[in-house]
Amino acid sequence: MEKFDKLTSVAAPLPLINVDTDMIIPARFLKTIKRTGLGADLFSTLRFNEDGTDRENFVLNKPAYKDAEILIAGENFGCGSSREHAPWALLDYGIKCIIAPSFADIFYNNSSKNGILLIQLPQEEVDKLMEDAERGANSTISIDLEAQEITGPDGGVIKFDVDAFKKHCLLNGLDDIGLTLQKVDKIKEFEARKKIAQPW
Amino acid sequence: MNEATTLYDKLWNSHIVDEQEDGTCLIYIDRHLVHEVTSPQAFEGLRKNGRGVHRTDLTLAVADHNVPTTNRSGVIKDKESRIQIEALEKNCFDFGVELYSMNDIRQGICHVVGPEQGFTLPGTTLVCGDSHTATHGAFGSMSFGIGTSEVEHVLATQTLIQQKCRNMRVTVNGNLSRGITAKDLILAVIGKIGTAGGTGAAIEFSGDAFKSLTMEGRMTVCNMTIEAGARVGLFAPDETTFEYLKGRPKSPKGGAWELAVNYWQTLKTDPGAKFDEEVAMDASEISPQVTWGTSPEDVTTIDGQVPNPADIEDENRRNKMERSLEYMGLEAGMLMKEIKINTAFIGSCTNSRIEDIRAAADVVKGRKVANGVQALVVPGSGLIKELAEQEGLDQIFIEAGFEWREAGCSMCLAMNADKLKPGARAASTSNRNFEGRQGPGGRTHLVSPAMAAAAAITGHLTDVRDLD
Repeated sequence: MEKFDKLTSVAAPLPLINVDTDMIIPARFLKTIKRTGLGADLFSTLRFNEDGTDRENFVLNKPAYKDAEILIAGENFGCGSSREHAPWALLDYGIKCIIAPSFADIFYNNSSKNGILLIQLPQEEVDKLMEDAERGANSTISIDLEAQEITGPDGGVIKFDVDAFKKHCLLNGLDDIGLTLQKVDKIKEFEARKKIAQPW
Repeated sequence: MNEATTLYDKLWNSHIVDEQEDGTCLIYIDRHLVHEVTSPQAFEGLRKNGRGVHRTDLTLAVADHNVPTTNRSGVIKDKESRIQIEALEKNCFDFGVELYSMNDIRQGICHVVGPEQGFTLPGTTLVCGDSHTATHGAFGSMSFGIGTSEVEHVLATQTLIQQKCRNMRVTVNGNLSRGITAKDLILAVIGKIGTAGGTGAAIEFSGDAFKSLTMEGRMTVCNMTIEAGARVGLFAPDETTFEYLKGRPKSPKGGAWELAVNYWQTLKTDPGAKFDEEVAMDASEISPQVTWGTSPEDVTTIDGQVPNPADIEDENRRNKMERSLEYMGLEAGMLMKEIKINTAFIGSCTNSRIEDIRAAADVVKGRKVANGVQALVVPGSGLIKELAEQEGLDQIFIEAGFEWREAGCSMCLAMNADKLKPGARAASTSNRNFEGRQGPGGRTHLVSPAMAAAAAITGHLTDVRDLD
């Protein structure tokens, strides 16, 4: 996966709570056997009319936010299914960071494994960023993962927490499987013990 | 001195392969279920890196999400669905993974098939690229849904990098009233704690109301744990569990069975063990549940009415409710019982087991589906379908005007041809009422199998207890 260290972009406000994975990418688009190409159908129902034309009032269809790489959203973002197609669709569209008061567990894991940074902040701070983001093209914010800092459009700095291991993997673009395979001896020892203790 | 631990603690502790300084653990995975939607990119990753499947004997694949539920004698008409199932067949062949494909009698929804085959066992860790993997917690198995990167990780290493969940316990004591099922219980719990109430938690279900449930009922409860935000739901294994598993094709046999049961009996929360959060409810307070909105937490009783957004103080929640009611085409104050439906769906990994089908058949027997209602029964597996046919249940449904289908996920998530049309309204035994979940523009009311059957007969949401 790609490394994530710093990012500067317009932030798009999506002030909805419980944005579920069916909203991010409906099941009918999960028939692909590839990871790429899903960005075209990201937020399909919110983004497009039934005839396929853009819904003008959807945030990513507004010219100021077309190139946004950061989303500001409501609580419990990513709830629902385990489909990794959700972070794949976000990434394929160009979203690299989401800031919200809370995230669903599986979505959180899936995102970090694809190089998307999810930042959880207290509601008041998200509200402030949401307000800033409403300012359209003037709502550029900067994220520094190493320093764990968000710099708002007016220069104010917000600190954020991130799991140390996930930070390490994101900063270095590390593949979990490669890391785990370095521990193959421990896995084999575990299997040998288990075979004796639980022979069924 | 040993500290008192929870069932979840015991399962977690017994699967740690390695622990990092920050508490992140490498956890051993005993069982891995694979299906066609979330696995192709994982197998592609293995190929690209020259890796194999570490333990094919602990991996079982089933085609379920995309399969047609109508006649299967020809090829699948939808090209993309066909490609995904063919990819699963090729991947399983290339990597040596056991597969129940479309025309195998054992084929069905992976969360129905695993337990049915005795692949799911107490004390194990079980994962699948599907959030409803929580289902298997009914057996005292630490089971949870994972994404495709994690599917690839398990295929390659039989382990996962995980952080421990917090411990939560939901206790429901007392007797369930007549007509109240496991589905009503779990919907009531979700209504109480909310769709994010269990985020970061493993929930253990305790109390006589849960303990009195059959394995099918316990699976329904654990299945929907994810709709409360929790990845893991758990029941301590007991005689009901052992009785269900004994003699299943993949269950331990002979002396190994005795050894296994001895071990499984130790899998329970110690007296005095601490939970980070406790929730208690009284079974006698629970009535048949039905959802009105677009999140499983948007639930009320069948005697209730559609809520009024004006009563909600929090702006975000009020907006969400207004949006839900607009999508659902409902007005505040409408009686739930007066909401007309045109589709009834009995199926999904939540409610497609033999007990669910029997409960629905009990309601349907001798009655007819209301005019203008399409009613479907989609059994959870080929074996359940066969058993139901031996019991004559298929004839009860067909005579009433239901369609009797082949096994699969079907209209729960509408990846195959079974979809709600825009604006269509369903009484559904599935697990999610999200916008567009059962088809673009489709409207879903989540209910138990008996309640879905009752709605099919009357043509509107109905208290099944009124039909007697």
